[in-house]
Amino acid sequence: MTPAILYAITGIGLFVLGVHALTRRAHLLNKIIALNIMGSGIFLVFGALAYRTPNGVSDPVPHAMVITGIVVAISATAVALTLMLRLQSKTGAAELPEQSPE
Amino acid sequence: MTTAETALMDTPWIIWVVFGPVTGAIIAFLWPKRASLLGCFAALVTAGSVLLLVWHIAEFGPQRYLIGGWDAPLGINLYIDGLSATMLLTTALVGAGVTVYATAYFEQTTETDRFFWPLWLLLWAAMNALFLSADVFNLYVTLELVGLAAVALVALAGSRDALAGAMRYLLVSLLGSLTYLLGVALFYGDHGTLDIGLLGELVTPAPADWMATGLMVAGLLIKTALFPLHFWLPPAHAAAPAPVSALLSALVVKASFYLLLRLWLEVFFPGTTPNLGQLIGALGVLAILWGSLQAFCQTRLKLLIAYSTVAQLGYLFLAFPLASTPAATTAWNGTVLFILSHALAKTAMFLAAGNVLRAIGHDRMVDLARGATGLPLNWATFGIAAISIIGLPPSAGFTAKWLLLQASFASGQWWLVIPVAGGGLLAAGYMFKVLSLAFVQNQSSTAGTRIPKRMEWTALGFALGALAMGFLAPSVLDLLDRGAPFQTFSPGGVL
Repeated sequence: MTPAILYAITGIGLFVLGVHALTRRAHLLNKIIALNIMGSGIFLVFGALAYRTPNGVSDPVPHAMVITGIVVAISATAVALTLMLRLQSKTGAAELPEQSPE
Repeated sequence: MTTAETALMDTPWIIWVVFGPVTGAIIAFLWPKRASLLGCFAALVTAGSVLLLVWHIAEFGPQRYLIGGWDAPLGINLYIDGLSATMLLTTALVGAGVTVYATAYFEQTTETDRFFWPLWLLLWAAMNALFLSADVFNLYVTLELVGLAAVALVALAGSRDALAGAMRYLLVSLLGSLTYLLGVALFYGDHGTLDIGLLGELVTPAPADWMATGLMVAGLLIKTALFPLHFWLPPAHAAAPAPVSALLSALVVKASFYLLLRLWLEVFFPGTTPNLGQLIGALGVLAILWGSLQAFCQTRLKLLIAYSTVAQLGYLFLAFPLASTPAATTAWNGTVLFILSHALAKTAMFLAAGNVLRAIGHDRMVDLARGATGLPLNWATFGIAAISIIGLPPSAGFTAKWLLLQASFASGQWWLVIPVAGGGLLAAGYMFKVLSLAFVQNQSSTAGTRIPKRMEWTALGFALGALAMGFLAPSVLDLLDRGAPFQTFSPGGVL
């Protein structure tokens, strides 16, 4: 097993871990962190891909994608945190209320 | 040819349809006092650019534009064919109308009302960019931009329901787009390219490609709210302000659907997709059934319309089982026409519901009959839009369903006939439930608050547009054929 494959598998593992926490944890901060872990897992996969070139020179395209991805992730996290705070000040809890049938 | 004509020909309108609304959004954000005026101006520029671009495509065929002159893989390519042009046009039609409606709806000068304009222009820019992007990573970025702008728009209402709906929408939307992104990573790892055209030539039925396909499809299905992944849609769409509800139901869910359709046609390996297509089609049928039943059981008008969206989205997926048959082109034509007709009719409904809410102050259906007499124009709007949703002639909804029926007969997939025809009956059920309220004789009717004429007339305009689109269907299908987006699969197919 080459290091690149090991990194890629770790990345996918992080992604799965994130999905688990996103669906299982109730607190919104947990969910937001879970999404960030999923993102980091994907970035790790990208990093491993960049290393996997035949001539040993790393491929710059995945790096560019990771940088763009990080910008997107930060923006999304900022929106999520703001929403969480607004929701907490309205309902008193940083959790999603049960969906009312009405 | 005069100089003016040459200038019209040579201007890269493809850039303006994205650059226009982004610039408008930034200026409207920096100058909140004039946000409404700036928003209208930016909408005018954007809609105008889209019309010119679409005219260009109709005249000269598909177009590829390299931003800054850089070709793939380093540069970003924009590509437009008939399919992209139709989506751009739908967005511009709905967008322009909703802009007019919003100038009256957001008349107060509170801070949240002003934020509508930069967010809406940003959403418009992101959707236009999505329809034009030609590589899978750029599509991811635009997908996220659409999602973030849409979530912020839902939260504008500020109520507890709106914030909870927006939060749930955001979490689901991020889950969807990250799943999609993992698929992108796997594709890049295998083939070293992101360009849709190049990927389409390289994709094989290898396990890694299968997994990438599965991840991307799953991510996009979450974002398009296909049953059983629809749970986030009704609360978010119902709790948003009326113009936002209209934009979300008419356009935003269609943006991720467009992406799925595009990848399905050009990237995913035909050999792996027929079974997946059958599965997606079956989920579409369930969406029609479940969404219609839920719509019928709702006690609030906006939730009813939102569940109707869940049901109507089901129709978009019925073409997938037909994708690898010779009838594919007919099925896809029907699907895209359905997107257009549903966009117009659903906008009309949500705007009309917004008028009811503004006039009476609530949308509980039991009490609606009391205020119904005060809004004759509004009920007319609802009735005409219902014709298109149910799929009666001469509406575009009818033409779209007719094409889908034709395709299922031609390909021998008879089982699809039942949901296409039966879904119309179900839709009639929940639509007549609403319309019956208008005919209740009630002595103690309260007049309610007067609403601006502009709000009533825009809603009616959309309803009439959905009806008229039935007559314009041939021109739409003609535009759709530019660049033959559906030809890749139809000859023979791989079953």
